[in-house]
Amino acid sequence: MSELLHAEGIVKRFGSFTALKGVTFRLRAGEIHALMGENGAGKSTLIKVLTGVHEADGGTVTVAGRGIRAASPREAEAAGISTVYQEVNLLPNLSVAENILMGRQPMRGPFIRHGEVKRRARAALARLGLEVDVGALLGTFPVAVQQMTAIARALDQEARVLILDEPTSSLDARESEELFAVMRRLRDEGMGIVFVSHFLDQIYAVSDRITVLRDGALVGTWEAAGLPRLELVSHMIGKEVTAGGGDGGVISVGGAEAFRVEGLERKGTVGPLTFSVMAGEATGLAGLLGSGRTETARMLFGIDAATGGRVTAGAEAVDLGSPRAAMAAGLAFCSEDRKVEGIIPSLSVRENIVLAMQASRGVLRRVPRAEQEALAARFIAALNIRTRGPETPIGTLSGGNQQKCLLARWMAMQPRLLILDEPTRGIDVGAKAEIEALCGELRRAGMSILFISAELEEVVRNCSRVVVLRDRRQAAVLDGPAISLRTIMETVAAS
Amino acid sequence: MKVFRSTLVWPLVALVVLLVFNAVASPGFFHVEWKDGRLFGTVVDIFNQGARVPMLLALGMTLVIATGGVDLSVGSIMAVSGAVAAMQVNAGAPMVQAVGAGLGLATLLGLVNGVLIARVGLQPIIATLVMMVAGRGLAMLLTGSQMVPFANRSLTWLANGSVGGLPVPVVLVLGLAVVTGWVLRRTAAGLFIEATGDNEKASRLAGIQTGGVRLAVYGFSGFCAGLSGVLEAANISAADPARIGDTRELDAIFAVVAGGTALTGGRFSLAGSVVGALLLQTLTLTLYNQNVAPAVAPVPKAVVILAVCLLHSPRLRARFGKRTQPVAA
Repeated sequence: MSELLHAEGIVKRFGSFTALKGVTFRLRAGEIHALMGENGAGKSTLIKVLTGVHEADGGTVTVAGRGIRAASPREAEAAGISTVYQEVNLLPNLSVAENILMGRQPMRGPFIRHGEVKRRARAALARLGLEVDVGALLGTFPVAVQQMTAIARALDQEARVLILDEPTSSLDARESEELFAVMRRLRDEGMGIVFVSHFLDQIYAVSDRITVLRDGALVGTWEAAGLPRLELVSHMIGKEVTAGGGDGGVISVGGAEAFRVEGLERKGTVGPLTFSVMAGEATGLAGLLGSGRTETARMLFGIDAATGGRVTAGAEAVDLGSPRAAMAAGLAFCSEDRKVEGIIPSLSVRENIVLAMQASRGVLRRVPRAEQEALAARFIAALNIRTRGPETPIGTLSGGNQQKCLLARWMAMQPRLLILDEPTRGIDVGAKAEIEALCGELRRAGMSILFISAELEEVVRNCSRVVVLRDRRQAAVLDGPAISLRTIMETVAAS
Repeated sequence: MKVFRSTLVWPLVALVVLLVFNAVASPGFFHVEWKDGRLFGTVVDIFNQGARVPMLLALGMTLVIATGGVDLSVGSIMAVSGAVAAMQVNAGAPMVQAVGAGLGLATLLGLVNGVLIARVGLQPIIATLVMMVAGRGLAMLLTGSQMVPFANRSLTWLANGSVGGLPVPVVLVLGLAVVTGWVLRRTAAGLFIEATGDNEKASRLAGIQTGGVRLAVYGFSGFCAGLSGVLEAANISAADPARIGDTRELDAIFAVVAGGTALTGGRFSLAGSVVGALLLQTLTLTLYNQNVAPAVAPVPKAVVILAVCLLHSPRLRARFGKRTQPVAA
């Protein structure tokens, strides 16, 4: 089979951070090639290099044997590489036909030949088996049709390489099936398709080969049929399936049930989920990127409304209508996105720490200044927050110290359940250990923790019970002795 | 050199420079005399006129800008409240009721801004631009596009009377500024406003009702504009719906920015805005005293504004000291 695209030794640096460390990727004509990897693996960066959004700092790209150096998306398209992004980046206020031909409209003198535009648009859509009014505005069609339009655009410019970046994330099952049928047809016509998806089922349903990246480096390329799911998962997260370390989880202290989640779901996002959270224990949420971990946390804290199910504390139903309601019920949530959803950058460490407590007291009952200072001093000492002082703007602190301030913000509330979404992401090793130790102390003090982490070893080390998510659904709940890297990975990989 | 990192220092420096210039260029600038039981003089005029419009508008505008928004409608709201108060006294209502009606309607219009922004989700600049146009139209509609003269001594006293030798507007506005500052720091309102402006998403997740915060600051801005409109009408015993408050929203925004509150929201300084308003008024009067034609006066004004804003830039300020880290005042 002929090689269509060959990227050799691609290096991409952002400042001092190396996002791609010499990645090699080969795409054949007439294959669907899945590109897999967890957060920060370098998938998006590689795609952006191939499509000319980023310029590589090293390495070569050849298309059909001819070297290209795509410095802009236009040049990449001219070389035959087309991309359909997750968020369809077309123009909703133009017609379907105009979107397909945008930038390459057939002209007669200074005038666009509208008849010809429509004819060519219809021809491209016909190859996908789609018949719509090409004169209608794109924005009036569902996402699935918009995606087909984006693919039709690629067909019209005679793309030989088609990159589909998470094309199914906003499609339902039937629409996904239709997309797969189109993908197979294009593959049989000799096109090379790069497919990015977080859904293992979909990967195995359409892919011929699978390439896995991790931490900006190539792990390997395999025939899909010859790569068991469990092995794929272990390549993605970089852990041997046979690894024995940290097995068994944390022994349950046999605390009482603090919260019970029953059939909680948000249609089209995640669920249904059913599990219990025990007092004085950490419950883990594990799964691959895109499996619905963060979505679950956001639903529990009332940020995104649940469409079904309920949460109870003892006999009482918990109101999850808003973050304020969740806080009143004794919940606290440390977001994974520290910068956007956590810190108030120009306010001081002290103000950031008292913020949630003050908000729950209301505007009139101000926490007295002396109490604020005592609180800040106590947490700065207890959590070993390295700051010039309590009045330093939090935005000037390092990531790990910002994270500790946010933990302090919620600890000051003395919640019954603390939801920690990736509490150790992007912070140094020392701070990671400190935060894990802190979780242990909180548990011993009787607090429940919902612990979300992409690093399975952290989950195994800290949790007495693990809810495993797969494709945005609950796959299993593992208890005490059943918790190990192996069991979690097997559950994630099961079909 | 810590003093140079305070946000208040630059507008103060500019103000002092301007005052020194005036002391040299126009003898008698600082002459103040006691006559008929009150103070008279150029400096008193600066405070009086500065309090009546820019300072008052800047109080509300400071909080709006601290939440990351802007209120372009204050000039038009001034016209509405001035017209309402004038028509009320002409209809025989006592002064307190007339002022109350003007302030009430102004606050209501401010709250409408707040609803459009916090609940409907319009951009502040769009919502208040709509109110700027609609408010002016409302004032015209109420008055039949006619000037509304009135003869009511207690209403006129609000702008031209004196309390303990000081003009009433100065006492009223400085009093309002002190009370506002006190309330903001005694309650958690100041913290909530700053948090909302600095990172709204994170504030909401920390349990702050950011929608309520925004609603309140636009309502307060409407209230301040309403009071300013009443004082403007009282000053000349007439409400001119076409001219009261015209383009004064720009003065308010300048006073706030010159006072060290960033348009991006977050930290704010009420004291800075008060000084900024005084700076603006002094500048206006200086240009007038130097016989600069009103038509070209905006040019030197713009130069001073630019200079003060540049002095606020951390990068430029870094040249005054080795430490570049800005520290909150």
